[in-house]
Amino acid sequence: MNTLHRLLALALPFWHWMTAAVLLSFATIFASVGLMGLSAWIIARAALQPSIAVLGIAIAGVRFFGVSRGVFRYLERYVSHQVTFRLLSRLRVWFYERLEPLAPARLTHFRSGDLLARVISDIETLEHFYVRVVGPPLVALVTGLIVLGIMAAFFDPLLAPALLVFFLLSALGVPFLTWRLAQAPDRDIVAARGELNAGLLDSVQGLSDLAAYGQTGQHYAQNSALSQRLIDQQARLAWISGLQSALNLLLILGAVVALLVLAIPRVDPLYLAPIALLTMAAFEAFLPLTIAAQHLGSTHAAAERLFEIVDAEPTVRDPEQPSPRPARCELKIEGLHFAYSAEAAPALQDFHLHLPEGGRVAIVGASGAGKSTLVNLLQRFWDYEQGSIQLGGHELRTFHGEDLRALMGVVTQRTHLFNATIEENLRLARPGATQAEIVAAAQQAQIHEFILSLPEGYGTWVGEQGTRLSGGERQRLAIARALLKDAPLLILDEATANLDAVTEREVMGAILPLTQTRTTLMITHRLVGLEGMDEIIVLQEGCIVERGTHAELLARQGAYWQMLQIQNQLLEPEVVNDITYFHLTTDIPH
Amino acid sequence: MARDRRLSQAARHARSGIRAVVGLGALGGVLLVAQAYLLSRVIDDVFLGGQTLNGVVGLLAVLLGVAVLRAGAVWGAEVAARRVAGQMKQHLRTQLLAHLFALGPAYTRRERSGELTNTLTNGIEALDAYFSEYLPQITLAAALPLIILGVIFPLDLISGAVLLFTMPFIPMMMILIGLWAESRNVRQFEALSQMSAHFLDVLQGLTTLKSFGRSQAQIKTIGKISDEFRKVTLDVLRVAFLSAFFLEFIATLSVAIIAVEVGLRLLHGHLPFQEALFILILAPEFYLPLRSLGAKYHAGAAGRAAATRIFDILETPLPVQATTVAPPLPSDLRVRVQFDAVSFHYPDSETNAVQAVSFTLQPGQTTALVGASGAGKSTLAFLLMRFLEPTGGRITVDGHPLTNFDPDDWRQKIAWVPQAPYLFAASIAENIRLGNPEATLDEVIWAAEQANLHSTVTTLPEGYSTRIGERGARLSGGQAQRLAIARAFLRDAPLLILDEATSNLDPANEEHIRQALARLAQHRTVLIIAHRLSTVHQADQILLLDGGRVLERGTHQELLAQGGSYRRLVHAFGGAR
Repeated sequence: MNTLHRLLALALPFWHWMTAAVLLSFATIFASVGLMGLSAWIIARAALQPSIAVLGIAIAGVRFFGVSRGVFRYLERYVSHQVTFRLLSRLRVWFYERLEPLAPARLTHFRSGDLLARVISDIETLEHFYVRVVGPPLVALVTGLIVLGIMAAFFDPLLAPALLVFFLLSALGVPFLTWRLAQAPDRDIVAARGELNAGLLDSVQGLSDLAAYGQTGQHYAQNSALSQRLIDQQARLAWISGLQSALNLLLILGAVVALLVLAIPRVDPLYLAPIALLTMAAFEAFLPLTIAAQHLGSTHAAAERLFEIVDAEPTVRDPEQPSPRPARCELKIEGLHFAYSAEAAPALQDFHLHLPEGGRVAIVGASGAGKSTLVNLLQRFWDYEQGSIQLGGHELRTFHGEDLRALMGVVTQRTHLFNATIEENLRLARPGATQAEIVAAAQQAQIHEFILSLPEGYGTWVGEQGTRLSGGERQRLAIARALLKDAPLLILDEATANLDAVTEREVMGAILPLTQTRTTLMITHRLVGLEGMDEIIVLQEGCIVERGTHAELLARQGAYWQMLQIQNQLLEPEVVNDITYFHLTTDIPH
Repeated sequence: MARDRRLSQAARHARSGIRAVVGLGALGGVLLVAQAYLLSRVIDDVFLGGQTLNGVVGLLAVLLGVAVLRAGAVWGAEVAARRVAGQMKQHLRTQLLAHLFALGPAYTRRERSGELTNTLTNGIEALDAYFSEYLPQITLAAALPLIILGVIFPLDLISGAVLLFTMPFIPMMMILIGLWAESRNVRQFEALSQMSAHFLDVLQGLTTLKSFGRSQAQIKTIGKISDEFRKVTLDVLRVAFLSAFFLEFIATLSVAIIAVEVGLRLLHGHLPFQEALFILILAPEFYLPLRSLGAKYHAGAAGRAAATRIFDILETPLPVQATTVAPPLPSDLRVRVQFDAVSFHYPDSETNAVQAVSFTLQPGQTTALVGASGAGKSTLAFLLMRFLEPTGGRITVDGHPLTNFDPDDWRQKIAWVPQAPYLFAASIAENIRLGNPEATLDEVIWAAEQANLHSTVTTLPEGYSTRIGERGARLSGGQAQRLAIARAFLRDAPLLILDEATSNLDPANEEHIRQALARLAQHRTVLIIAHRLSTVHQADQILLLDGGRVLERGTHQELLAQGGSYRRLVHAFGGAR
């Protein structure tokens, strides 16, 4: 129930609109109750053939109710949906606000298809909570009280408690029964829908691999089964909703029969018809309650899925105080230990690094050696517990993540390009950049010519995840983006890993001069211009095995030198002759 | 309205279910009339007939009996309707998925996967209301008013006339408003898809946004898009509200008219009370199915809008025309593949992505494709895998046109290591088994060893059972690449396509894999799409592509000797700076 309480709290800013919606809804139903009750009275009274004057007021009342109901209905719909959709729109933003600090550390275990289902479908499901769960009980309460009052006041006091029993059965009994029965299938439906969503996303995004390996059949079968499971669960719900419709019909007629049995000996038979028709009309207020109960289960499950994300604690907490403003961009790491979880093997052990302002340090190592972990820690995507990382003399923990990342231009191996134009993707780095600055960055990353060759130039859409571009083009855009950001600390995390030889050379040719003017941390498994590095750190399985300049490391003939040897074997003699940079290997084949 | 036809045609798959729905609905209608009659009789008997409770207790019992039957009919109709919807959804979803699979990666790569997934999930779910509510309701809305009219007319011409006169307004209103709402519904579905696609994009790129300090700015963008969606939705709903207003208005107003008109005639003794009451009870029921149809029309409209997209995809022609009866591949196939002046251009492109390319993949030999990105290397691989069909020239295998064979049979002969392998949300073993679903764990381990992945896997807490997430979030790029190579090992196919297979690996792994690939290539035909020349120099032939054409061809030595573009490429790799 705590979940529902929180859902209500979210709607609090809109309470006056919601009250208006409830009142309008009551007016709509009461127009119908009044119409049927008065109509029945008119014909019963007319059957006794009095003078027409007796019917005058009643006829006016019937006309009023007949006309006003449509108006009330329109206003009620309009107000209730207006307020709900405003609320949903706010909830999406609210959800994203809570989700954003969790990325990426807390979200590695969620599939984006699943998160998407939460932000779209689950929030959509909450519509039912506000439109169909919150309002109807209040409407039923008001309508019920007034109708019971009419029964007791105009006809016979005994009718009120009798009708109350049926009202309660309809308001609480049937909804409770349906709610209990629907609880399990509702949960299963939400879960099955999430799984189907994720399964289908896998199939659509992984179609190349599936088709190449002729495995579409298996995924087809899997997804068909997931879809069938969802539909089977929905079928279970159909039995329950059918039962509910049937019970409600029985209750209405049961109430009419019971009231007639009580009224026939006690009440003036003139009133029998109004009692019967008024009763039937009044149940309109109670029918939505069963639907409300049905939605209670699914909205509850959806809300829980939302709160699961919203309540997650970010791995990294921003400090209370504002971030320090480092006077210089000097990076100092001492005795750093880090593991992603208590059970996992340490990703970094006893790591030391000193990168003075304007300095250039390269970290080299095989995939899985801990290089990317370091980049994650530097950006405060994860927090370290042992050891120290200092930027400009301030511990990294004292920075707000945003402020810290503003100081870094990062190019990673797997860059996300957004489904937007090339220019918008570049502008991400600096929204206020001028056209000239954007072009300059693209030129430095050797992508300007290519962009101009596209039919729409900088206005070309890159497609989802940049799929309309090749790996090299994507990466060059990413580099241009980091250059445009123009941050004091440049971090290149395997930035050229996916580029072809010619492009890589061109891009590195552009990058290396840039690194001379700014503090650079270069992470690579290729020896690209490492001669100019102030220091090269060789990582193996989280540990530093060697460090020094290119010349020192060569002279030592250790791990670094050995890597070069293996690298050289890959190349033919005449190519090796004029080589100035190499593939770099780290772990020695065993 | 063409969409309606396509939907109703699809509905033939659940014909018996629909019949049950309509039959039970009509039965409910008859019972409803009986109920109204019995109720008016009871009241009349007491009110004007002077009966006591004992005198009507029998009728009241029958009334309850009718109510029970009617409840049963309603229950059955609802269950049957949902079953119809379920059958239809399963039918269309599986058809859609099968068609997407048949369209292949060449199609899906050019679409947004978030949008496609949304169509497969929410788009199909939107059909639920169409099949379970709208379609049955439309038949009920035709049947029930006719039943009621049939009962009322013989009793009272005037009330019958009021009902008959007001009835056409309802469908008329609905059609008018429906036509108006149609385009808005399409827009709303588009807005939803757009919002989905935007969210997926943001969710997948959240880390990138954060590192550029732009993730907070997304709050505003999301607010804007979400608000836009609200406006479009409310626009659609406003139309729904308007139609609700008209339906409600017409229905209540005519009940009021009937009450007054019947009352006035009772006053003059022109009508028996029992009949008047019977008519008054039935009058709202006359409008009820039409009113529900109004509400459900909009539920159905959402389905129709979704159906537009669904049928658009379903009607996208397949790139590979299924040959009537594809002969099985010859068992002694040696996979000598010949490209004969093959050209290809995408439907939406003027220029050829591949231009009159001819070459032969000799059995057991290695062919390398070299060239800048966009030179046509990947397109050639797609053509070879028959994800695309040539728009000019032809491809033959052992002299048979490739189009003679079933594409799936043909792909059985291919192991593919893509540029960016997709890792499925499953265990590592299952991901490797993509290469051969029947493989034993030993075989999987063998393949992983060959791909230099085994030692990495054994360090994971759950070894080969470790689940890897979407896009292999917990595997590095190099590890993902090695996993793709393990798949290829497991495939054990005569033709191997390596799409920049080693570009992500550090040279130690590269060396491992180079040796393994050399073993694997021994009796196989290999096509390498390479940027790393280290994998190329031992190839039997190298094709240097530029702008979709073959610029140079020959062995490494020959091409170096030619002193052309290839030599320049090698020097770039060598880095003669």
